[in-house]
Amino acid sequence: MTLILFIEQLLNGLQFGVMLFLMAAGLTLVFGVMGLINLAHGSLYMVGAFAAAAVAGWSGSFLLALIAALVAAAAAGALVELLVIRRLYDRDHLDQVLATFALILIFSEGTRYLFGSFPLYLNIPDALSGPVMLPGGIAYPAYRLALIVIGLAIAAGLFWLINHTRLGIRIRAGEADREMIAALGVDISKLYTIVFALGAALAGLAGALVGAIQAVQVGMGEPVLILAFVVIVIGGIGSIKGALIGALMVGLTDTMGGLLLPALFGLFMDNSAAQATGSAIASMLIYILMALVLIWRPQGLFGVRA
Amino acid sequence: MTRETCINAALLLGLLAVPLWAWATDEAFTITLATRVAILALAGVGLNIALGLGGLVSLGHAAFFGVGGYAMGILASHAQSYTPLAEWPLVIEGSTSMPVIWLVAMLFSALAALAVGALSLRTSGVYFIMITLAFGQMFYFFAISWPAYGGEDGLSIYVRNGFPGLNTLDPIQFFGICFALLALALWLNARLARSPFGLALGAARQTPARVETVGLSPFRLRLTAFVISGAITGLAGALFADLNRFVSPTMFSWQTSGEIMVFVILGGVGRLYGPVAGAALFITLEHVLGGLSEFWHVYLGLLLLLVVLFARGGLIGLIAGRQVAHD
Repeated sequence: MTLILFIEQLLNGLQFGVMLFLMAAGLTLVFGVMGLINLAHGSLYMVGAFAAAAVAGWSGSFLLALIAALVAAAAAGALVELLVIRRLYDRDHLDQVLATFALILIFSEGTRYLFGSFPLYLNIPDALSGPVMLPGGIAYPAYRLALIVIGLAIAAGLFWLINHTRLGIRIRAGEADREMIAALGVDISKLYTIVFALGAALAGLAGALVGAIQAVQVGMGEPVLILAFVVIVIGGIGSIKGALIGALMVGLTDTMGGLLLPALFGLFMDNSAAQATGSAIASMLIYILMALVLIWRPQGLFGVRA
Repeated sequence: MTRETCINAALLLGLLAVPLWAWATDEAFTITLATRVAILALAGVGLNIALGLGGLVSLGHAAFFGVGGYAMGILASHAQSYTPLAEWPLVIEGSTSMPVIWLVAMLFSALAALAVGALSLRTSGVYFIMITLAFGQMFYFFAISWPAYGGEDGLSIYVRNGFPGLNTLDPIQFFGICFALLALALWLNARLARSPFGLALGAARQTPARVETVGLSPFRLRLTAFVISGAITGLAGALFADLNRFVSPTMFSWQTSGEIMVFVILGGVGRLYGPVAGAALFITLEHVLGGLSEFWHVYLGLLLLLVVLFARGGLIGLIAGRQVAHD
C-alpha cells in the first residue's frame, strides 16, 4: 500500500464524513429543539437528490440543480412539519417512530411512482470533472475536493448561525426551555417549522451533492440516515459540535477500516481469506466504534443528557 | 368474559379456520398466507414482550429474526452438502431436524439479544431507538460482506427441514407446527405478564425509580425481557426461513425491523393478541392492495399514519375500547 493511496482514502473519508455531517446536523437540531426523532430525514435526502437530478436533466445547470434540491427539500420538510410532525411533538417516541416510518413508505413509493424504479444519474459539472494535483503529486478528483470544501463551509456557516444570529439564539433557547421562550413572545410553532425546514434543506443538499457521485434512487436515504444516527449517538444528541466530530470519526473509520483491515489480516492469513475477513469486520467497524463510545460515555462525546 | 377476550378467541379461531377451509377446498396458496401470518405474528409476540411489557422501543429486532433465519440456513446447508460445521475442537454436524434448529436459533438470537441489549440498555429513550437500529444494520452489513454463507445472494435450502412424525412439506401440517408454536408463545406471554417478573417489568416501565427503591434492578429486568423477546423473534426467523426455504440478508434489513413493529402497532401495543391482529391485517392488506396497485406501500403508510395519529390503541383498541384499569 502506498502513501498516495493512503492519503487518497483519508480524503475520501473526510468527504464522506462531511456529507454525513450535513445529515446529522439537521437530525440533531430537530431532536435538540423539538425532542423529535425523525426517521423520514433520509426521505428528505432522497427528495433533494431527485429534485436535483430532475432539474439538471431539464436545464443542464448544476447550480440550478443544487438550488432546486435546497428548495424542494425545505418545502417538503415544511409541508411535512405542518401536516404531520407538528402533531407528534407531545407524543411519545414510539408514535414518532411509527409516524415517520409511515412517511418513509409514502415518500419512497411516491417517488417510485413519479420517477420509476430505475436509478437516475446526475452529472458532475464540467468545471469540476477532472482531477486536481495536490502537493506531493497526488491526483484527486476535483469534485470530491469541492464537496469537502462546501461541507466545511456549511459547517462554519451553521456554527455562525447558531452562535451569532437571532435565529441561533432562539434555537439555543428552544433547546434549553421551550415554555420559557414561548412565554417571552417567540412564536414557537413558527420556530419549529423553520428549524425543521433548515434541517430538511441540509439533508436535501447532501442528497444532491452525493447524488452526483452515486446513483440517485429510491431508498438511497435510509442507509445514510442510520449512519447519521450512529454519528449522533457518538457525538451526543443536540450538539452540532458533536455531530461534526462524530461525522468525521465515522467517515474516516469506515473508509480507513475498509483499506487497512484487509491489509492487516493479510499479514497472517492468505490473501483471499484476509480480504473476506477484513472487509466483513470493516463493515462492522463503525458500530464497534459506537459500542465503545457507549461503554465509555453513554451520553455521547458532547452530550449533556443521558 | 371481556370484549377483548372475545376478540382474541375470534382471532385465534379465525387464523385456524381460514387454512382449514383452504385445505378442504385445496387452496394451497391461502394456507401459505396463513402460515406467514402465524410466523410474523410470532415475531411480533417476541417484540411485544420488549415493547408492550417492557416499554423498550427496539428498532433492531430484524437482527434476531435474521440470526434465527441464518441458524436454520447454516445448519441445513451443511446437512445438505454433508460437510460438518466444525471439525475442531469437536465435530459439529449440520442438521435438518426442526427441533434442533429451533433450539440453536433461539440460543443464538438470545445471545445476540444479550450483547445488543447489554450495550443499548445503558441508554434509554431516543438513544435506545437509534442504537438498536444501528446494531440491526451492523448485522445486515455483516451478512452481506461475509461470503461463506452466500453473502448478498443468501442461501437456498432445497428441502424443508423435518419434524419427527410429521410431513412438513404438506402445507397444512407445516401451518399446524407454526400455529402451535404461536399459541405456545402467546400462552407464555400471558403467563409472563402475570408473573412476578412481568409485574416488576411493568413497574420498571412506569416508574423505574420506585422499582429501584424496592431493591430490583430495572436494567436486569429489561435485559431479561429483551433476551426472551429476541429468542422468540429468532424462533420466528427460523420458521420464516423454513417457509421460504431461503435465507438472505434482507431478513436483517431495517425494513424488517420496521415491519415487525408495524404488526405490533397496527394490532395494538401491549395487547396480548395485538401482533396476531396486526400480522393478519398486514398480510391481508399486502395481498389485497398489492393486487390492486404496485405502489401499495403508499396506502400502508397512510393507514399507519392514521392509526398513529387518530387510533392509538390499534385495531384491538378500536374494537375493544380502552385498556382496562390494570395498566
